[in-house]
Amino acid sequence: MTSPKRIRKIRFGLLSPAEIRKMSVTKIITADTYDDDGYPIDMGLMDPRLGVIDPGLRCRTCGGRPGECPGHFGHIELAAPVIHVGFARLLRKILRTTCRKCGRLLLDEKTKTDYLRQIKLSQQYGQPIDEIVKNVFKDAKSTTCPYCGEEQKEIKFEKPTGYLEDGHKLMPTDVRDRLEMIPDDDIEVFGMDPKNARPEWMVLTVLPVPPVTVRPSITLESGQRSEDDLTHKLVDIIRINQRFQENRDAGAPQLIIEDLWELLQYHVTTYMDNAVSGVPPARHRSGRPLKTLSQRLKGKEGRFRGSLSGKRVNFSARTVISPDPNLSVNEVGVPMKIAREMTVPVTVTPFNIEAVREFVRRGSDNWPGANYVKRADGRRLKITDKNCAELAEALEVGWKIDRQLKDGDIVLFNRQPSLHRMSIMSHFVRVMPHKTFRLNPAVCAPYNADFDGDEMNLHVPQTMEALAEARILMLVQENILSPRFGGPIIGGLHDHISGIYLLTKGYRMFSEADALEILSKVKLHELPEPAEVRDGVKYWTGKQIFSQILPKGLDMTYQAKICENCDVCKKEECERDAYVVIRDGDLKCGTIDEKAIGAFSGKILDRIVKTMDVQTASAFLDEVTRLAIRAITHRGFSYGISDTDIPRESVAQITEIVLNSEKQVRKLIEAHDRGELEALPGRTLDETLEMRIMQELAKARDAAGAIAGKFLGSQGDNSAVIMARSGARGSFLNLTQMAGCVGQQSVRGERIMRGYGDRTLPHFLPGDRGADARGFVESSYKKGLNPTEFFFHAMGGREGLVDTAVRTSQSGYLQRRLVNALQDLEVKYDGSVRETRGVIVQFMYGEDGVDPMKSDYGEGVNVPRIVESVVNGGESK
Amino acid sequence: MSLSESSIYAELDKLALPYKIVEDLKANLKGVKITKKQLDTIIERTMEAYGKARVENCEAVGMVAAQSIGEPGTQMTMRTFHYAGVAEIDVALGLPRLIEIVDARREPSTPMMTIHLSPEISGNRDAVKKLAWELEETTVADLGTTSTNLADMTIIIDINEKQLIQRNMTLQEVSDRITEEIGYEVTPGEGRLVIHPAEPSYRDLLQLVEKIRAISLKGIKGIIRVVIRKEENEYVVYTQGSMLKKVINIEGVDAARTKTNNINEIAEVLGIEAARNAIINEALDTLSEQGLTVDIRHIMLVADMMTIDGEVKQIGRHGISGEKASVLSRAAFEVTVNHLLDAAVAGEVDELTGVTENVIVGQPIQLGTGDVELLAVSTSKKK
Repeated sequence: MTSPKRIRKIRFGLLSPAEIRKMSVTKIITADTYDDDGYPIDMGLMDPRLGVIDPGLRCRTCGGRPGECPGHFGHIELAAPVIHVGFARLLRKILRTTCRKCGRLLLDEKTKTDYLRQIKLSQQYGQPIDEIVKNVFKDAKSTTCPYCGEEQKEIKFEKPTGYLEDGHKLMPTDVRDRLEMIPDDDIEVFGMDPKNARPEWMVLTVLPVPPVTVRPSITLESGQRSEDDLTHKLVDIIRINQRFQENRDAGAPQLIIEDLWELLQYHVTTYMDNAVSGVPPARHRSGRPLKTLSQRLKGKEGRFRGSLSGKRVNFSARTVISPDPNLSVNEVGVPMKIAREMTVPVTVTPFNIEAVREFVRRGSDNWPGANYVKRADGRRLKITDKNCAELAEALEVGWKIDRQLKDGDIVLFNRQPSLHRMSIMSHFVRVMPHKTFRLNPAVCAPYNADFDGDEMNLHVPQTMEALAEARILMLVQENILSPRFGGPIIGGLHDHISGIYLLTKGYRMFSEADALEILSKVKLHELPEPAEVRDGVKYWTGKQIFSQILPKGLDMTYQAKICENCDVCKKEECERDAYVVIRDGDLKCGTIDEKAIGAFSGKILDRIVKTMDVQTASAFLDEVTRLAIRAITHRGFSYGISDTDIPRESVAQITEIVLNSEKQVRKLIEAHDRGELEALPGRTLDETLEMRIMQELAKARDAAGAIAGKFLGSQGDNSAVIMARSGARGSFLNLTQMAGCVGQQSVRGERIMRGYGDRTLPHFLPGDRGADARGFVESSYKKGLNPTEFFFHAMGGREGLVDTAVRTSQSGYLQRRLVNALQDLEVKYDGSVRETRGVIVQFMYGEDGVDPMKSDYGEGVNVPRIVESVVNGGESK
Repeated sequence: MSLSESSIYAELDKLALPYKIVEDLKANLKGVKITKKQLDTIIERTMEAYGKARVENCEAVGMVAAQSIGEPGTQMTMRTFHYAGVAEIDVALGLPRLIEIVDARREPSTPMMTIHLSPEISGNRDAVKKLAWELEETTVADLGTTSTNLADMTIIIDINEKQLIQRNMTLQEVSDRITEEIGYEVTPGEGRLVIHPAEPSYRDLLQLVEKIRAISLKGIKGIIRVVIRKEENEYVVYTQGSMLKKVINIEGVDAARTKTNNINEIAEVLGIEAARNAIINEALDTLSEQGLTVDIRHIMLVADMMTIDGEVKQIGRHGISGEKASVLSRAAFEVTVNHLLDAAVAGEVDELTGVTENVIVGQPIQLGTGDVELLAVSTSKKK
C-alpha cells in the first residue's frame, strides 16, 4: 500500500488583489454564458479554461477530464471597489481607531508596543487574543491623532456596508485609501497578520470567479440549461459592473454613478451572503431566495456539516430487520440478494490462487462468486457469464478480485440514531434467503432496535486494518459490557426471560424425550444423572436442563428479581424460589429471571464476562436464547382478553373503593369551600386541595389495583403475571390498569384543568372539581372508557407524544454539544487526559485510571470477591 | 499464623494502587484472620485485576464520556418540576436540569439551597425555626395587606399580628424601615400603619404602593421560601432561592455541609474546585434520580473540561466549543461563516490535530487506533 500523504496544516488568510489576479486563468468580461450553438463563450462565465463539467471535453487549462480537473479560478475586475460584507463591522472598528489623515493607530507609541507585546506573548502560548484586541479597539479612541495632530471625526456605520463621517458618505474608495495608509506594525495590534491580511483587501477591487466545477449547470430534459445560483449572481455582478463602467466613461452625473455603485455593492453583498439583515435577499425568477456562498457553507446541510463532516460511502446496504433466535449474537443474517452485490477485495497470492480462481469461475450470478477482477496493470473488468471462465484462466498473482460476501465475513452493522459506540458493531455474515437482515433479538438493546419496521445499515470493511479492528474491537461479544456503567447491556428479552423463568421456576419435571427436545438446539453431549426416577422412568428438573448451558466453574449466589425482600431471608428454603445458588455451573436452587439474563441487568452474563471470557459469554447468550425459545414453545405461552377477568366480588370491591374515594374528594372540596381546609406550609389553599385530592385518588387507584393484582397474582399461571414477575415485559401497573382501574390522567403533572373557562368539558357543571370532572378514569381498559374518560385519556396520551418529540430534539442537541466539546480528549501514554493542544485535562483518567467498561459497576477492583475467594476458597483455587 | 491488622495495613499502604482500592482492601480485611501467604495472594490478584481494569492508552475517553451522558438523555423525562423529597419546593429535574448544568447558566431555573446547621442548634426545633425566619426574606407584602385611601391620599398597611410575632418583628421596626426606604413619615396605628405621602397624583400613589409592598424588611434577599425538615436526628433547612455568600456567614449555619444548586455561585464563593465537585454532584444526582446509571468518571471528565480554565465554561458555542484551537472544528460546529472570516483576518493556522479537522480533510484521525504508529523491523537478514 502506498503511504498516504498527510496534510500538516492549513493557513487561513485574505486574498490580495494581486494574488487573485495571479491565480486567475482568465478575466471574465461578458455576462453571457453560452453562444447560440451551445458552446461556452470565451471570457464568459463558462469559459472552458475554468474547468470542465461536460463529459467528453477536456479542460483548456490542465487538460484533465471531468472528475480529474479540479477547476480553475477566473476573476472580474470591478469598476469600483466595494466593501466585503463579512468584514464591514471590523472595518468600522479599524476606521474609528486609525487617523483619518496619516492612517496610524490612535494610540501613543508606548501603549501600542505594550499591547503588541501582550499579543505576541499570548500567541506564543496559544492563548486566545480576542480580549486584548477588544481592549485595543476600546482604548484607541482619541479625538486627535497623537502623531500628526489631526482632529478625528466621528465615523458612523450604516448597516450593512455604509460609513458616514460627520454626515458625509465615505465611498469604498475613500475607505480603501485610508486603510492603505495603515502601517504594518499597527495592523499587528489589531491581531491581524499583515502578510496574510491587509485591511484594504477587505475592500474588493477584484472578484475571484469560482471554477465551473463549483457551480455546475444542469441540462434539463427539454435541452434547456439551468444555471447554478452562483452563476446567476455572477451574471448580475458583471452586468452592473459593465453598466457602471460605461456610465462613468460617458461622464454620467454623480447621482447615477452613485446609484450604480450601490447596486454593485448590493450584488456583491448578496453574492457573499444572501441573508444579511437590512438587505433584501436576491431572488430567483420563481421568487425563491438564491443560495449564495454563505448559505452553501452554513447549517446542517451546508458544506461543513453536510458534506465535509459527513461523508457518503460505498459498500453499504440497508434493509428491514427481523429477529432470528437461532443466530449467534455475533452473527447477522444477510439476504442473498445483498450478498451477491457486496464484495470483499482479495489479492491473488500463490497460496490462494486456486481458491480465487474458483470464485472467478463461478462468476457473478453463481454465489459465492466474484464481481470484478482488477488486473496488475490496474484495469478493472466486470465478471460476466461470458468471460468468467476466460478470466479465471488468465488470473495471475498480483491481481485483485472483488469476491462476493459469504458466510464468515466480517461486516459492520449499524442502526441510527448512533447515540453510542454500541450502535455500530461488527458481526459475522450468514447469508440467508429472503429480504431482511436477521439478528439475534438479544442484541436489540444496544442498537435500541425493535422489529416494527426498523431498518439497519451494513458496511463491508475493505482493508486489512479495518478488518482487524472490526474483528478485535467491534465484534458484538467485545461490547457486551457498556462503557457507560460497566455492566452488560446485551441480554435476553421478552420470551427469553419468560421462557427461562418458566423452565427454572420450582422443580418442574421433564421426561427424557421432553428434556432432549428442549435441549435439542444446545450443544450437549450427555444428560446428567436424572433428578428422579419414578416407575422406572427418568425425570430431569428444569434447573438441571438450564444448568447444561452454564459454563463449568461458575459460582454465584444472589437474590432473583422475584425476591420480595422479606425481613428474614430464608435463603435456600425460600418459598418463592428466589434465592439463586449456582455451584460449579450447576443451578442448585432459585429461579432464573430478568436479573440473571436480562439486558442492562444480567448478573450471570456479567459474571461470565468479568471472570471468564467473552467467547464463553457470547456462547452462553446464544444458548440461553435458543434454550428459552425451545422451553417456552414446549410449554406454550399465550395471552387473551379473558386473562384479565376478575371475579364479580372483586369488581364490586373496586367499584366501592372508587365510589368511596370520590365521596372523600367531595368532602375535601366542601371542606375547602367552607374554608376549613388547613393549608400546607408554603402552598396556597387551592394547591393544597389539589394535592390532597391527587393523593386520595392515587390511593384509590392503588387499592383497586391491589385487589385486581391480588386476584391475578394468586393465579400463578396467568401469562401477564408471569411476564410482569419475571421482568420479561409489562408491570403490575399495566395489569391493574387492564383489570382494575386506569386512574388519574394528568397534563403537566396536574389533574386536567384546561378546556372551557371553569370546566373541562360541557358534560360537567361549571366549577366542578370532582374526580370525574378532572380526568379520573375509574373504568378499566377491559371494561372500556366512557366518552369523557376517553377524552381525558387522549389528553394525557397526547402530552406524552409531544414530550417525546420535544425530548428527542433537545437531547440530540445536548449530545452534539457534548461530543463536539469532548471528542478530542485522549488518554496519552503517561496516563493523563489531554486535548489537541496538549493541555492536561486530567492527570490520571477518572482519578484512578480505571476504564469504566472494564470496571465492576464503577469499582476498579471487586475487592470483596477476591478476599472472599482467597479466604474461603483456600489458596488452591 | 495470622497477621496483625497493623502489619496488613502497612503492607497495603505500600501498594501502588488508587486510594479507594486500598481503603476497600482495608475495610474488607478488617477482623479477617489471614496468613502472609493469603495476603500476598490477595494483593497479587488485586494488582492483576487493577492492571486489567486500567484504561488503554490512546482511548478516546472524551467521546465515550459524551456518549455515555448523551445517550441516556433520550430516556429522561421532560417534566421540569418534580418533588425531590421536599414537597414544598419545586426543583428542576430530568433533561432540562442536565442541559442547565452543561449550559453553565448564571442562574438555575430553580435555585435551591440545603442548609445544615451546627450541632448546637440542629436538634432544637425552635432554634431552627428562629434561624429559618432570619433567612427568609420578609417584605411588607408578607406582613399584611396594603390598601390606599384615595380620599385622603394615604396608604394603609393592615398588619397581620400573627405574622409579626412569628417573624419576631415589631411595628416600630417595620415603620422605621419603610421611612428609611421611601422617606415619608409613617404613623403607626392599632395593627396598622398609615403613610401620608406628598404624592400629587393617583398614579404616583399607586406606584408607591407597589414600591412599599416590595420593601425587604428582614432576611436575605433572594431567599423566597424556607422549609424545615427533620432528617435522621437533625433539622435541615431547605430554601427556594439561593444566596450562599450570605447564608454561610450566618451564625448557627454549618457552612461545610451547606450547599446550593447554583454552580456559578459556588464557583464565585468557594472557588473552582468546589464548582467542579458541584457539577459532578448535580449531574450525577440528576441522572440517578431518573434511574440512570452513568459512571462517575464520565461526569468528572465533563466537569474537568468545563472548569479547566479556572472559570465555569459552557459546553457549547459560548464555551469550550467556541474556544477550540482548530478553525475547521469551530466552523463545523456552529456559526460557520464568522469563524472562517475571523480566522482569515487573524491569519490562523489549523494544525489538524483534532477529530473533525481530519475528517474534513479526509485523513485518519489521531485518536485510538489512529494514534498508533508501528515500525516494522525485519528480523530476517537481507541478502
